[in-house]
Amino acid sequence: MERIITVALVGNPNCGKTSLFNALTGLNQKVSNFPGTTVEKKMGDAMLTEKTKLQIIDLPGTYSLYPKSADELVTYEILRNKSETNFPDLVIFIADASNLKRNLLLFTQVCDLGVPAIIALNMMDVAARRGISYNLEALESNLGVPIVPINARKRTGIDALKQTLIHKLPRTHVTYFGLENLDQAMLNELSQVTDKRNAYAALQYAINAKELLSEKSVRIKEVFEKYAFDTWQFQEEEVFSRYHTIDKVVKISRIQSQDNLKKSITRKMDAILTHRFYGIGIFLALMFLIFQAVFSWSAYPMDLVEYGFAWMSEYIKNTLPPGVLNDLLVEGILAGLSGVIVFLPQIIVLFFFIAILEDIGYMARVGFIMDKVMRPFGMNGKSIVPLISGMACAVPSIMASRSIENRKERLITILVIPLMSCSARLPVYALLISLFIPDTAVWGPFNIHGLVLMLMYLIGFAAALLSAWIFKHFIKSVQQNYFLMELPGYKLPVASNILITLYEKSAAFVYGAGKIIIAVSVVLWVLASTGPREKMAAVTTKYEVQMANLTESEKNEAMIGGISLRRDADLLEASYAGQFGKFIEPVIRPLGFDWKIGIALLTSMAAREVFVGTMTTIYSVSGAEDNLDSIRDAMLVETNSQTGKPSYSLATVFSLLIFYAFAMQCISTVAIVKKETDSTKWTIIQFVYLTVLAYGSSLFIYQVFG
Amino acid sequence: MNLSEIKMGQQAVVTKVNGDVLALKLFEMGVLPGEQVELENIAPFGDPIAIRVGESKLCLRLADAASIEIELSVWKES
Repeated sequence: MERIITVALVGNPNCGKTSLFNALTGLNQKVSNFPGTTVEKKMGDAMLTEKTKLQIIDLPGTYSLYPKSADELVTYEILRNKSETNFPDLVIFIADASNLKRNLLLFTQVCDLGVPAIIALNMMDVAARRGISYNLEALESNLGVPIVPINARKRTGIDALKQTLIHKLPRTHVTYFGLENLDQAMLNELSQVTDKRNAYAALQYAINAKELLSEKSVRIKEVFEKYAFDTWQFQEEEVFSRYHTIDKVVKISRIQSQDNLKKSITRKMDAILTHRFYGIGIFLALMFLIFQAVFSWSAYPMDLVEYGFAWMSEYIKNTLPPGVLNDLLVEGILAGLSGVIVFLPQIIVLFFFIAILEDIGYMARVGFIMDKVMRPFGMNGKSIVPLISGMACAVPSIMASRSIENRKERLITILVIPLMSCSARLPVYALLISLFIPDTAVWGPFNIHGLVLMLMYLIGFAAALLSAWIFKHFIKSVQQNYFLMELPGYKLPVASNILITLYEKSAAFVYGAGKIIIAVSVVLWVLASTGPREKMAAVTTKYEVQMANLTESEKNEAMIGGISLRRDADLLEASYAGQFGKFIEPVIRPLGFDWKIGIALLTSMAAREVFVGTMTTIYSVSGAEDNLDSIRDAMLVETNSQTGKPSYSLATVFSLLIFYAFAMQCISTVAIVKKETDSTKWTIIQFVYLTVLAYGSSLFIYQVFG
Repeated sequence: MNLSEIKMGQQAVVTKVNGDVLALKLFEMGVLPGEQVELENIAPFGDPIAIRVGESKLCLRLADAASIEIELSVWKES
């Protein structure tokens, strides 16, 4: 029988937890919810022995078990609830050797909760550079738990860690902080109220419940009042008492300590990277470089993807017998899918930069540089990382906002993140921008596409700031407002960390978006190729008559081709999809959109990138274009049947660009906002304000420039 | 004197931290009475500041730094 050991990785932020998680699990990772809760867990598997499997949970970094932000709360929630099925059998505590004292504070709290733990001592090399090293045997015997030195980024010590889990798995836990000085009668009452036998666990839960959780909080407050117990004073005393114990252990085990007078590399780098001129300059230059890279570096792999899909469509079309299945595969699924997969290279390039900047420690500096800038808008420096990663995808960014302690600042950040142009808009922007600017246009060394794209991102950012500023005046907060963040030492990027992030994000994009896109493409294809019987029949008959009336000399390819093209276009207009587009056309006409764009707007409600797939499907169903790479050409020659002018005038394209920049067209984002804010009210408010903003701005643009 | 008044190149020792939530958070992050602090960087717009305290580098706003009382220990030529 296979045995499963559940292990939780716990540690301070930036201690190397994620690197260790990657080293242990590789690509066997998945993110899901704890059963029956909205708490997210990142889990992975690893084989310990042939018969023992490790189930590893990666918990968000925290400084203590008195959580002050939503991500710290996740860690506490997992460790406090012994009856939970995912309650770990063991904690691997990752301690940063270069900052041991502070790291051990959390360790002693975890131990006192009653969870068996071992220590993986990381970053010994960083400590050594500062002239600090430890006698591990002394440390082990003084702390009373197994200690394994590791280097999570270089992946050394991982086998030793596994060996320790096999041979030295601790059965009992160690206690570091006694509650002898407290009123035992109060502790007994708290144990009863909180239903916890471990007195420390009961008291800790009571203090947190009073601050953060609602259940039982009234009864807990009564107990605290009855015994005149000052929780702040207690927590301070607890922290000092723990540090006192830790200090003694650390001093005994430290073998050499020399004052390292050399300025650290991190300090030298920060002198430049956070400098008043260079710092801002480097930040802006980096952003600019990323946009150029997204547009120019991705071009070659994008061509390959396009070529591959074109080849595949051609192959299937010629191999499968003609008929409904052939049409569905080529015009429905492949057309829809290729329109989106082609943008995978751009998404990978974007995530590549974000992952590297995060991994080397630069992202925290961006928060430091930008805090003052964000403050007038009701946010803080910690909002900048979710906002920047919002350019990749709003869903993980909204989750990343958990690190913001203040609830008002966090809410504002969540509300405006969807205005940051995410990678799903890239395909839409790319297609629309290419409608009025040729690919080859350059301005000095820069590609003009890249510049216009950057402008779109800036418009999104400006709209986000402006909306945040407005929300600031309407949202009340009683919570104390502070900004306190650790600036981790700079590290060289680790290829495996970045590759795993890229794999995760690309897989999520391909599978997640792919599923929606295939479904939407199929439904759309069906709606676009069927319609009310009389209407469809009328169109068919009309063109059959035209065909029949052709004289022998007129029966050439061009003539027949022209007639079938017009027939296909009329058929699309008569189809269910066409009927729907026509139905909403009056609403979107003032924005400069015709009924075909109307269909695309509808399907984009599921996800923005579906726009391109929809346009491809519509234009290939209407017969205008079989070849995927020139959907753009099809849109360029498209004329409005009423006015005879091009359907995609400059004003229409601008109006459409702005609409996609502002509108909330992403079901996944709506779902994650509901989950993270736990508020239907704010989810609706966000949806409504984004829709009004998008409609109003597009209306303005089309009416002024149209 | 408090931490918001520290200048580049000055070293000091933390003597007291005021406030409740913020004080507890600071303690947990290693800002303790008796620890050495040094100003390392000032953000481009003059606020927040980055300090070295104990083995960590933290950044905080001047308004929050004002609740940390310090005593200058070493003067260095800047």
